[in-house]
Formats: sequence, structure tokens, C-alpha cells
Amino acid sequence: MGRLRTIARRTFLIGSAAVIGGVAFGVYSYRKPAANPLEDGLAQGAAALTPYVKIDADGITLITPRADVGQGAYMVQAALIAEELDVRLDQITADPGVPSAAYYNGTVAAEGFPLAATDDRLIARTGRGAADVAGKLLGLQLTGGSSTVPDAFEKLRVAGAVARATLLKAASEETGVPVEQLSTRDGVVVLPDESTLAYTALAARAAGIAPVQEVALKDPSDWRYIGKEMQRIDIVAKSTGTQEYGIDLKMDGMVHATVKCNPRMGGEMISFDATEAEAMRGVKRVVPITGGVGVLADNTWRAFQAADAVTFEWGEAPYPATTDAMWEEVGASFSAERQDSRFKDDGDVDAMEIALAAEYRIPHLAHAPLEPMTATVLVDGGRLDIWTGTQIPRFMQVNAAKLAGLDAAQVYVHVLVSGGSFGRRLEDDYVLQAVELAMAEPGVPIKLTWSREEDMTHDFPRPLQMARARGAVSDGQVTGFDLGIAAPSVAASQLGRLGQPAMGPDVAIVAGAWDQPYNIPNYRVTGYRVPPLVPVSSWRSVGASGNGFLHEGFLDELIHAAGADPLKERLRLCWHEPSRRVLEAVGEMSNWGEALPEGRGRGVAFTLSFGVPTAEVVEVTATDRGIRLDKVYVACEVGRVIDPVNFDNQVKGGVIWGLGHAMMSELTYSDGMVEQTNYDGYPGLRIYQTPQIEVRALETDALRGIGEPSVPPAAPALANAIFAATGQRIRELPLNKSVDFV
Amino acid sequence: MKLTVNGTEHEVDVEEDMPLLWVLRDELGITGPKYGCGIAQCGACTVHLDGVAAKSCQVWAVDAEGVEVTTIEGLGTPDALHAVQAAWVEHQVAQCGYCQSGQIMLAASLLADTPSPSDAEIDDAMSANLCRCGTYPRIRAAVKTAAAKLQEA
Ligand code: FES
Ligand code: FES
Repeated sequence: MGRLRTIARRTFLIGSAAVIGGVAFGVYSYRKPAANPLEDGLAQGAAALTPYVKIDADGITLITPRADVGQGAYMVQAALIAEELDVRLDQITADPGVPSAAYYNGTVAAEGFPLAATDDRLIARTGRGAADVAGKLLGLQLTGGSSTVPDAFEKLRVAGAVARATLLKAASEETGVPVEQLSTRDGVVVLPDESTLAYTALAARAAGIAPVQEVALKDPSDWRYIGKEMQRIDIVAKSTGTQEYGIDLKMDGMVHATVKCNPRMGGEMISFDATEAEAMRGVKRVVPITGGVGVLADNTWRAFQAADAVTFEWGEAPYPATTDAMWEEVGASFSAERQDSRFKDDGDVDAMEIALAAEYRIPHLAHAPLEPMTATVLVDGGRLDIWTGTQIPRFMQVNAAKLAGLDAAQVYVHVLVSGGSFGRRLEDDYVLQAVELAMAEPGVPIKLTWSREEDMTHDFPRPLQMARARGAVSDGQVTGFDLGIAAPSVAASQLGRLGQPAMGPDVAIVAGAWDQPYNIPNYRVTGYRVPPLVPVSSWRSVGASGNGFLHEGFLDELIHAAGADPLKERLRLCWHEPSRRVLEAVGEMSNWGEALPEGRGRGVAFTLSFGVPTAEVVEVTATDRGIRLDKVYVACEVGRVIDPVNFDNQVKGGVIWGLGHAMMSELTYSDGMVEQTNYDGYPGLRIYQTPQIEVRALETDALRGIGEPSVPPAAPALANAIFAATGQRIRELPLNKSVDFV
Repeated sequence: MKLTVNGTEHEVDVEEDMPLLWVLRDELGITGPKYGCGIAQCGACTVHLDGVAAKSCQVWAVDAEGVEVTTIEGLGTPDALHAVQAAWVEHQVAQCGYCQSGQIMLAASLLADTPSPSDAEIDDAMSANLCRCGTYPRIRAAVKTAAAKLQEA
């Protein structure tokens, strides 16, 4: 069964630890002396184990201290372990709880889930310089960078294989039958007489055995799960209303709460009057917190009602109060003093003869996951427990400890499933509010639920961005492209909230633009850093989410100015084989080149982001009632697809996310406050507007995340299609400022 | 007030204008219906009132009296899936899953009313609900499968 392979011990070693009634397997890593205070919470001793799988009388549990925010992370991990452990997927349950508190008692590191959910790589991926800081800092929790992913691909499989081999040895000891005469099947060891011993019954004995390190990994041709359609382990719960999210948590004695904070983000609360609110039915208390108040009540709705009845005097916004004023600041940032990076500078753009110049704008955008921010916190004696959906449990632990005056070791983070994130849960503001409330009521679990209005007005949005672009063409070819992009720094804003300095240029300002695989003789991309405006954060596909539109929109203009074909010219300019392949693939899928009737149009765009070259073609029809989206073709080179269903979901979800926001979403500010306070002002794509989406994966042996790369090309492909159909070139998002959609 | 939810009668002591959603979630502990917006935009809170889909954040407790309230928990269970839920499982519709209680309740109501909806009818009806994860292509497919299954039965 497959080729035998010895584990490279210099990279990692699979270890095991006894747990109550069973055994846990995971990666055994030696502790290095670390100056980072964040590691102080690690267990004492020379080594720590990060458990992946626990087997006890209750069954087989996959341990992930990281929550699944909808991107299918549990499933991918489960498949990798199950493949080698020889269990069925429905025999595994996922436990997102932090294991150290629950099972391991000091021998286990809360190192974090080894296979980063794509969102989790947002910060670490924002680039060099500042990102090195982020990378080091976040490495603990937000396993960063593409290099760790293939590593995890092996680690999880090896963990499964080691666990299986150790269970076989345990069975051999128990029965006296040599290991060679034993086999496994769906969670049991099979003896020569066909009788079976369940893994769960062997777990206690396996805990006393040194893990077997010489294991064979299956040959890919023998895989049962990897790359095959599998039923997601959470799919029944999520189809029956039985999946418990953070907002659904129930505890004895729990009190419901909501908060109302200064709608000018970061502004202070000068005064408040809660007389009326405190007299309302079910209201227990109104508690002042940083920048606002919390209302404790016996029902969430009563808390919402009472919060609305509190009157406030709010302090000013610590940033320009209107979107117009912000645009002025952005427009004034194309200067030498504010230049942040110039990673790309080929040829001589200053000497080229300018054929075309244009300005592009993209707005602030909210994450607005459907489940609003919630957290439940209990402060009891020297212990603080947090239950919430999060992508940064360890940061949260440290920050909560600081706030409560405790050691990190006294803070227990229980990660719950969340109803979406898109980067929002890389912040812990809502959790710290719940900690403040819980500190006011020791011994009482406080469940904080944000209203949608609080959520919309207190998001850390994607920043607004402006591009100034010029270019040159000659003989039917694009010969010059000079792109300047001005934006506030996400890295500086986000790291600032984590108490870390952001050093060096912020690659997010130009990600998805400076790093595109085109050979243009005169080609320059410059990032300009706008001074901080509203606090901003990572949003699905981060810098590339907007830069895809800036880069591919203007490139399309240049190609048309040259009189060339948008697909053929991109192919001519593109030097990167995998990128050429995806461009060719969408060309073939969409029958590019075949003429469309009057009023219809096709647009193409391409972005290489997160290591995944992605090309998209959008087809639209200009109708009397506006633009109708007909079809989208997507091709991406994704490496290996572990879970085809999840792959398809993530790619299509990313396209819909990218299209919907490009068409109709923006956050604007007036008097320092967000003007879109709910989904009526901040709509998303609905099913009737959703085009048919065809996806093609070009697979290689690499392993990459697919939650983000389909987002950046969606907006420019649509804008380019609208141009093809109508001749109208749109340089500002959302597109519905310029055209109507059906 | 007396409310009948999933066939069980409950006595609740709440304000007349407390939205049914919050009666279900915080008074009765029935958390399948979700809160997403509170203003009839998202449909995460969708339940059935006498078999017809309604956004429970918009229904006052007092108006739910004398009406059969059905939540996703009453539609079917993990061991006894309703045809719509089975189709949702078969097509693996959910991503984060937060909107899906509402989507399923809306689809079940649509199919009770229109047993074999056209593509346009599906789009029309299902546009009442929002999915931030973008599961719409699979929702379309699942509604069709459920329709076919219900017709066989
Ligand atoms: S919560 Fe009722 S429609 Fe959104
Ligand atoms: S599955 Fe996440 S909102 Fe629909």
C-alpha cells in the first residue's frame, strides 16, 4: 500500500499524549527560547504537543483550536487525517475548543491550527517589511505564508498515519497477534479471524506506547478522500438549524447584553443618560464601557430597545468627518513624502509618450458577516472564560488578560463556529467589550450580541483607494503603464490595535498590482500611504481586492487604446506560464473571440493573488432595465484540490462577493459616522442577480488557499464587460453610481 | 400569551410587540431562526406561520398567538430530514451556514405553494433572503432537487 517513507525528523515529529480515557496525537515541537511575551502562556517543559486528533471512549475527535468561519477548514483537516488514520469522515467530530485547558494540562501548546484558513493568512500575507513583524507575531496563531501549507498537508497525514500505526501496535500487544497480521478498516483494527477491535477501545493502551514513527503514507492513487467529493462534516447540522454559533450559546444564569458605542469610531463618550433605559422591562444594568455603554438585560431584544433609549453626548471623530474630506486627503497623497513603495519600476515611464491618463476610485467596504459580532464572557475568581467565533484566539487571550489584570494562562478561549467573517473576526474589539461587561458582573456569564446597526457602524472597513494611472501604446501594443495607488495602511491600522509597530512599506497598498506577471517595457507601480483615516482592516483578499480593479481596469483601457484584443494582448504581455494557462482556459470556456449580438459584451480580467493566478470572463447584456449579468467563467491554478465541493463553493462565493460589492456596496461617512447602518443601505448580491458561474481548476501538486483569489478579478471583469457592451468606461466603484443593474 | 411552536404550546410572558424571533430565541431557547438584521432585509429569521414563510423579526409576539409557528427545528431533524433539508445536504449548500435555516424555510414554503417552480420563480422567491457567503448557485440546484423529490412523494 503505497511507498514507504520515513518522516524527516528535522522538520517535525509526531508525538502523543495521554488524555482522560484515551490518547491524542499531534506535532511534537521543541520549545525554543523566545523573547516574545506571547509565548509565556506555553506550558513549562522542554517540548509541547499540538494535538490534531484525540481518540477516547467517546470517539475520534479532530482538534482545531481554530474556528471554521464558513470556509470549510474542518473538512479539509478531517480529510487529511482520515485518509491515513483509516476512518470514515462521519466517524470524526470536530472540536474547536482550545485543547490545552480541556484535556492536556500543561503538556500542550496552543500553537494553532496548522493549515491556515485562507482568511487567517490575511495579515501575514500583506507583505514584506511590516508583514515580517506581523508574520512573526501572528505566526503563533495565524499560520502565515504559503510555505506552511504544504507542510501542514504532510503533517496532518503523517499524524493520521502515526496514530494508525500506534493503534495497530496497541492491538498487537493486546491480542498477541503480530502487527503484520493486522489491518485496519473504518476505525477498527481487524484481526486474522475477522474479529475487530475499535480504535476507541485501544486508545488507552496506545497512550502508553511510544508513537510508531516509521510509517507509510498512501500513494495518491490510493486516496479515498483527498480530491474526492465528500460530505462536509457540518453539513447536516447546518441544514437542520442545529449548528450552534456564538450567538446561540446558552449557559445557566446567563445575562444578555448589547452595547452602544460612539458611532464615530474611536471617539469618546462625553456623557450619557440611562434613566429611561434602566427603568425598562427586563433591564438589569447599564454599564459604561470604553467609548459607550453596555446594557445588561434578560433578553437580547430588551437590551437592544434599552440601548436605543440611552441618550448620549458623543466626542468628535478622530478622523476627517466626511467621505469627501477623506477623498481630499487621499488625493493629496500622491507626493514624494507619502511615497510608500515602488516595488516595480521597469523601463522609463517618465520618458514615454502618454496615450491615456485616468483616475480610479474604490470605496470603503464593510465585512458585514451575517452573524453579527457576539461574545460570551465569564469572569470568576482568578479565571476568565471567553466563548466566541474568532480567528485570533491567542491575541484575544493576551488582550483580555491585560484588560482584566490577569495572566494569559488564566484566560480560556473557547472558539465557536461563526456565521461568516471575511476578515472581520481578525479583530477582538467586541470580545474586549464583553470582558468589560463581565468584569462589572463577576460570576455571571454575559452574552454580548451586537445589533446589525452596531455592527455596520463599528466595522473596521476595507480602506478607500485612489489610483492615478497613465500609459502608452504603440503599434497595437501596450508599451507603458504607470500606476500610482494611494490608500491608508491596513497593516499599520491593524497592528496598531494589536499594540505592534508596523515597519517598512505596506505591501497591501499595491498587492495585486505591482506583482502581476506582465512584461510591459515601461512599467511602474508606486504605493502612496495616506495618513490614517478611519481605522481599517483586512477584507477578503485584502489589498488585491481593490487593486485588481485599479490595475485590470486601466490595463483594459490601454489595450483598447492600442486597438488590441483584451485577452490576446494580456496573453502577449504575460510571461508566467501558469497565468497564461488560466487566461487561455477562460478564453476557451467563454468562446472568447466569437462575436456577441449587439448590446452584449464580454470582459476579461486577471489577478495573481495569494499565489493563485485567476482569470475571469464576465458576460453581460445591456437591457432596457439595466445591465444583466449572464455568465461568469473562472479559471484558476490552485494547486491540489483536497475537497472539490468546498473548492467550488469558495471560488463561486468569492466571485459573488467580488461582483456584489463592485455593483452596489460602499460605506460613506457623514459627521464622522457610517451612513449605511444595515443591509438596506449596504445590500449584497441576491440570487436573482447571480449569474451562472463556471469554474475550472488547473491542478498542480502545490497546495494553496482558495477563499480569496477569485475576488479581485471579478470587479474589473464586470466593468470591462460593461465597456464592451455599452462603450461606457467606469472608473469608480460601486458601479451602480454609473449604471443601473437589472 | 400562548404560542404554539413546532406543535408544542408555550406560555410566554412578553411584551406584545416583542418580535417573535426574540421570543423564540431568548424566551424559548429555539435558536434555529437567526438574527441578521432585524429589519426584514436578510431573512435569516424566516419561520412558517401556518405553513407560510414569514420573517420572524417582523412579527409581533401577539400576532403569533393562535397561529402554528414552525421553525427549522420543526421542519425536520438530523434523523428525519425534510425533503428540502435532504436536498440541502445532498448539494452541500452551506458555507458558514448562518443564513441557511432561513433559506430552507423559505424554500419549503415556496415548494408548498409552487410545487414545480421555474428558474425565474425560484430566483424571485429566494431573493427575499440574503447569503453573504454566496451559496446561491447551490441553493438553485437544491430547490430543484427538493421539488423533484416532493413531487415523487
Ligand atoms: S433578521 Fe429578520 S430579516 Fe433579517
Ligand atoms: S452560508 Fe454564510 S451567509 Fe449563507
